[in-house]
Amino acid sequence: MSVLEIIIFTLVKIVLILTIMLLTVSYLVYFERRISAWVQNRLGPNRVGWEGVLQPFADVFKLLLKEDVVPAKANPIIHTLAPVIALFVAFATYAVIPIASPLKIFGYDVPLVVADVNIGVLYVLALTSVGVYAITLAGWSSGSKYSLLGGIRSSAQMISYEISMGFSVAGVLLFAESLRPLAIVQSQGSWMWNAWMQPIGFITFVVSAFAETNRLPFDLPEAEPELVGGYHTEYSSMKFAAFFLAEYANMIIAAGMIVTLYLGGYNIPFFKIENLGLANWLTVLIQIGTFFVKMGALLFFFLWIRWSLPRFRYDQLMGLGWKVMFPLSLINLVWVAALIMIFKI
Amino acid sequence: MGVRRRKQDLNLLEKIYIPEILKGLALTMKNMFKPKFTMKYPEEKFIPPASYRGRPVLVMEQNGEERCVACGLCSRVCPPLAIEVQAAETVREKERYPEKFEINMLRCIFCGFCEEVCPEEAIVMSKDYELAFTNREDAIYGKDKLLVPVSQLQDRIEFLRQYK
Repeated sequence: MSVLEIIIFTLVKIVLILTIMLLTVSYLVYFERRISAWVQNRLGPNRVGWEGVLQPFADVFKLLLKEDVVPAKANPIIHTLAPVIALFVAFATYAVIPIASPLKIFGYDVPLVVADVNIGVLYVLALTSVGVYAITLAGWSSGSKYSLLGGIRSSAQMISYEISMGFSVAGVLLFAESLRPLAIVQSQGSWMWNAWMQPIGFITFVVSAFAETNRLPFDLPEAEPELVGGYHTEYSSMKFAAFFLAEYANMIIAAGMIVTLYLGGYNIPFFKIENLGLANWLTVLIQIGTFFVKMGALLFFFLWIRWSLPRFRYDQLMGLGWKVMFPLSLINLVWVAALIMIFKI
Repeated sequence: MGVRRRKQDLNLLEKIYIPEILKGLALTMKNMFKPKFTMKYPEEKFIPPASYRGRPVLVMEQNGEERCVACGLCSRVCPPLAIEVQAAETVREKERYPEKFEINMLRCIFCGFCEEVCPEEAIVMSKDYELAFTNREDAIYGKDKLLVPVSQLQDRIEFLRQYK
């Protein structure tokens, strides 16, 4: 493949992934509102279009037309930069998550992942750490005490939970012997999911993912009853929309990462689709479908948890992170090492 | 239970959270499929019970005349001074009727004093709650809007006879 061809294919993939991401994000917001309503025996937004399906577009349009208010005490440059970082991180992270096995098209083997880098997992961990800056800077530059408290809480929370997240991922990497997301997916086969092999690691990773994406029960950075709106109290118009989009995009990435690392990626459980002898494009299509079904189920789980559990108190959050999640992820690492010692060698 | 349960009173299953979280999730899932309380308003309308105090209206007899004898008690008792009555003589002896009867719906507080004080059951609170105006003049309801046939107000009149 020549350089030009690689560039063209990558551009097409970026456009496709971004479109899918943005659509998923807007409908995630819609489903969050509908599901929250259903849980509380209400109906939710059902007026704009059939059953309210155009609601996300109406919301975005409304936010676009709003006045952008910047507080007098805010640092204007950082205040503008923070939402940009948040959006950038949210969309750039998706580049390494594979959604299907390579597609054969026009005589080329195109891997269905924007960047098939061999340090993919590291890339995701690195970028999500940059995401902390967005929230912290937003909180600090707003010149408001509520925003600052939200930003500080967020940085403390993310640093604490990144440790247990990293150790849980280490277990997966031991099994796969690679940092490449595609290799991790292939190492799990159709049913040897990491979720079965290392259940403790799976639980710690999911809990850390909730904390990393600032979702309830860990949404202390924007705890409404205490901090007004948290780090985005002083944001309005499109800057607020950027934070909002980034938050939901992060949820999608967390779901995508959990599917890739623990739930067998795009493979259908207990069933080898390659054995059917279907055309390559059909196989790829079914794999994409499988991936999105798994991801959708996880996203539903995210929303479902949100409307079931109350928020943690700050000391409880730190206690859970350091005294429970961190030791558990270490135990998981030992467990995985033992498994490998006993069965693989 | 009597004694408040503290963290040290919880058993092991409750302390490791996960079974309790699953219980909570089951509860929210069950609620998702329950019938909804929301009323789809413009399509589905709320029909109030007889005790509801909506827009005050004048009772119109079958022959098209109002019951009101223009005594002016309602306008005297009205706390926000929303009612204005001007009496005139009828052709019959010693009988009066309201030549002008206006209620300013921007002032009305739906207290129901007018219907309580009325000796003739001539002014009652209806079930009408859809009140919207585009300017202040439209908010002053004259006799044309206030007169409602007695057949439509039977519910409220029965209620008043029973409980007033």
